[in-house]
Amino acid sequence: MIYREAGDFKTSYPSDSQTFPIAFDRYRYWVVLAVAYLVIPYFINDYWANAILVPFLIYAIAAIGLNILTGYCGQVSLGTGGFMAVGAYSCYKLMTGFPDVSIVIHILISGGITAVVGAAFGLPSLRIKGFYLAVATLAAQFFLVWLFNKVGWFYNYSASGQISAPERTVFGYAVTGAKTAPASQYLIALVFCTLCAVLARNLTRGTIGRSWMAIRDMDIAAEIIGVNPLKAKLTAFAVSSFFIGISGALFFSVYLGAAEVGEAFGIQKSFLVLFMVILGGLGSIFGSFAGAAFLVLLPVLLKVVGVDMLGWPTDLVSHLRLVIVGGLIMFFLIKEPHGLAQLWRLAKEKLRLWPFPY
Amino acid sequence: MTLKTMATLAATTALCATSALADLVIPDLSYRTGPYAAGGTPFSDGYQDYFNLLNARDGGIGGEAVRIVECETGYNTEVGVECYESTKGEGALIYQPLSTGITYQLIPRATADEIPIHTMGYGRTSAADGETFNWVFNYPANYWDAASVMVNYLLEQNGGSLEGKTLALLYHNSAYGKEPIPTLTALAEQHGFTLAELAVDHPGQEQTAQWLQIRRERPDYVLMWGWGVMNQVAVQEAANIGYPMDQFIGNWWAGAEHDVTPAGAAADGYLSLNMNRVGDLPVLAEIQEMVIDAGDAAGDGSNIGSVLYIRGMYAAMLAAEAIAGAQEIHGVADVTAAMVRDGMEALDITDARMEELGMANIGPAFSVSCEDHGGSGLGIVQQWNAGDGEWVALTDYIAPDDGITGPLIAADAAAFAAENNITPGCL
Repeated sequence: MIYREAGDFKTSYPSDSQTFPIAFDRYRYWVVLAVAYLVIPYFINDYWANAILVPFLIYAIAAIGLNILTGYCGQVSLGTGGFMAVGAYSCYKLMTGFPDVSIVIHILISGGITAVVGAAFGLPSLRIKGFYLAVATLAAQFFLVWLFNKVGWFYNYSASGQISAPERTVFGYAVTGAKTAPASQYLIALVFCTLCAVLARNLTRGTIGRSWMAIRDMDIAAEIIGVNPLKAKLTAFAVSSFFIGISGALFFSVYLGAAEVGEAFGIQKSFLVLFMVILGGLGSIFGSFAGAAFLVLLPVLLKVVGVDMLGWPTDLVSHLRLVIVGGLIMFFLIKEPHGLAQLWRLAKEKLRLWPFPY
Repeated sequence: MTLKTMATLAATTALCATSALADLVIPDLSYRTGPYAAGGTPFSDGYQDYFNLLNARDGGIGGEAVRIVECETGYNTEVGVECYESTKGEGALIYQPLSTGITYQLIPRATADEIPIHTMGYGRTSAADGETFNWVFNYPANYWDAASVMVNYLLEQNGGSLEGKTLALLYHNSAYGKEPIPTLTALAEQHGFTLAELAVDHPGQEQTAQWLQIRRERPDYVLMWGWGVMNQVAVQEAANIGYPMDQFIGNWWAGAEHDVTPAGAAADGYLSLNMNRVGDLPVLAEIQEMVIDAGDAAGDGSNIGSVLYIRGMYAAMLAAEAIAGAQEIHGVADVTAAMVRDGMEALDITDARMEELGMANIGPAFSVSCEDHGGSGLGIVQQWNAGDGEWVALTDYIAPDDGITGPLIAADAAAFAAENNITPGCL
């Protein structure tokens, strides 16, 4: 009954090829956006912004970025943390070097810088595949973290090697620094997240996305039908790194406010984003959101249930979280390799037939 | 089963209801998991047990019960932020994050929310400048004091001169480990020794390369800024290459029992700083009797009396004294975070007061003022006796060289003030 295409007539090609061809799906999308933009900002408080919504939105951007590379183009990457660090440190250098330029422009340029770095580290992907490529990106991860730790210029020679975001405003509202209102913090992350998601969705539906998927499915066949692997792989690395760079810049400036490269952008960050993509669903924009939401919310949920409601010791809950996340990853890899996105797809199929399934 | 669930629910609601009453809320951002748990657990046990003792013995502070809200951070800054946000709404009076990384996150947030942070012997060193950092306190000592105390100790050992010596700094490659570098660089210039910097990446289990370098270059002394598993590995590695333990000095976060016991007898003679004395304090017997034996211990009760347990207890004592001071200044028992800050700024710890509290000579006597949030900066050097399994204090409290650390603090604080548009001044 829900999600049915019956009676939803398309009279032009653009309307037939739009992102959400089913009317109900489209309305749902607009409702979600309306709630996110018009309702949540009025109710958000410090806790919801800092602990749940802002990290969710920023991780979603990173997951979209990694999903383009791994899910759409089939290139495994373990360098996400390093690329986020490039975004964060570019943003820091730009913020402190050009204080009069808008932070929005700085974040976009940080994405651009990360795209260039990502494409450079993507070069080996033209010769190596699979595990070997994973190791090459792992090298990027360790090299970048080492670089930002070693070279004082990147952190303006501060005594502790920490970078901290000075206050910057957008339309007169502070979006970075301590005096940021939760609503403005949330809104800046939301705007970037929406733009990135729309951009990613449309890229993956077009020529370039199809060439990525062709490479993913079988690179030799793709080359034979005329897909240029150099162009496809390097654009995938560049676009993916662009998103990851934006998320790294936001992560540092809007969310944390101060960061230390080894701690904030270490190898565990690469794995976390990879888990988001795997759990959420490879090759799906919705999956990136679902995976990010799942891994951001799960620890908080476990803490609320375990510590606040049941009164368990905090260390027990913390250990349980590791067990549960690990178990879920194994469960999903075995039972549902396409992740939460596939569950959502199945649910839509079921809803379509409901209440008369056959 | 339904009945049981309902009973649990009812009990939880009852608990929540009672805890919502007016009381003094002390968040404990602890870490009992992860690579730094070995240090985080005893500190948190000591911190909580002392407040539990106050509740059991005196009915809280000034008649107002203390409620501890524990939040596990795992030494992770993101979780630390989540913990801060989730606990501050409960009326948190003072934060003690026990992590330099989390401290850096919390300084701007807590300043905006007007909640004091106490970073005892860690955190941002320049927070000692109370006019720039109104809400941050790092008494009784900080990292730069530690670096200076170490060098002063070595000067004393070497007849007043370190000319031509090589000191290697083995540090945790993070804000924590990098903090002493400016001071040591300045001291190297002043005293004519060479400083070799050896970074160890988080979490600190991989140190073979660094110790190979030490083995090759044979520095005269190795200073260590380590924490968690890094300390144990370093002591073991030093034993493996046969580096003389009495030339290996850890800072006060690298000098607890669990750091040296894994290396066994080989760790005998290892030196470290300490900012508090350890030993048989009368207050420990009270905690044993009224908290641990009563079943209210924060942990399993096995850490009582250890170096970091006593330091956690010391931190809790300083917080409790500040709260008591705030109650006195403002004449109300149910103080707010802003009042606690006033209490911290007026804190005056005397030898008589420490004796009265059952912890005679636990730390040096010191007082805090609006300008100076850093305390006296004194530290002792202690040595591990593996045979008896105890730390032996080698020296009395050694004073740091304020002539070196003072200008560095002023410069760093001024840079922070300029970056964040702060006009230094007293509140």
